[in-house]
Amino acid sequence: MTTPTEPRRAAGLLHIDWTACEGRGLCVELLPEALDRDEWGYPVARRGGPGERTDVPLVWEELDGAADAIALCPRLALGLKRLP
Amino acid sequence: MDEALWAFGRASGFLSLGLLTASVLLGILTRSGRPLLVIPRFSVALIHRNLALLASIFLLLHVGSLLLDTYALLDLADVVVPFLGAYRPLWQGLGTVAFDLLLAIVATSLLRRRLGARVFRAVHWLAYAMWPVALAHAVGNGTEGTSGWFLGMAIGSVVLVGAAVLWRASAAFRGPARAGQRGLS
Repeated sequence: MTTPTEPRRAAGLLHIDWTACEGRGLCVELLPEALDRDEWGYPVARRGGPGERTDVPLVWEELDGAADAIALCPRLALGLKRLP
Repeated sequence: MDEALWAFGRASGFLSLGLLTASVLLGILTRSGRPLLVIPRFSVALIHRNLALLASIFLLLHVGSLLLDTYALLDLADVVVPFLGAYRPLWQGLGTVAFDLLLAIVATSLLRRRLGARVFRAVHWLAYAMWPVALAHAVGNGTEGTSGWFLGMAIGSVVLVGAAVLWRASAAFRGPARAGQRGLS
């Protein structure tokens, strides 16, 4: 049985294109467990290290939300890399 | 049957314009990066899109029913080529212009991810031209276009959209980064 504190294997990486992102905040609403907003509104990963700011690890349950975020991002700044 | 097509053509045009007005207002709101009261940003974006698609469906019904109607005297060319109409060609032509603009806006929106942000945004700006043209068509061509109740609603929508555009151009437009976030959790 897994405990909430145990790190889970990432099922995909949400890639953020920083040249396009303007911090409109739709992705943070759709992936509240994975993303938070910094003080300027840009998305930051809630889990993982500082190196994972551009490719945010997502658990399996978040892949649907990620698909919505990718489709709805007003700046087309998001993409998904699935992990095997 | 003709009476029904005529009535339906008028009502669907009115509905389409109303839905377009709401969609334009929500489009400006969603561009600001703000949620709408308790409605989160992604929902504002979805409602904006769905209202626009619903407006497009009613617009197709508006054009389609009046095309079949023998009183409106429309032919197929009038659907896409403006200012050729038999009845009030200028005002009818404005409707055709708005129809063509909306067609371009909807097509580029549906293909947004394929076309890229630059093309999408450039074409989407046409909405600011499409809406007043559509409104002018309704006032100038509609049977009720110059009646008191319709002019009242038209002036009301011009005030609302005008205020939204002024807000869009103002420095306060971009939403505060973290506002509304607390309300969600």
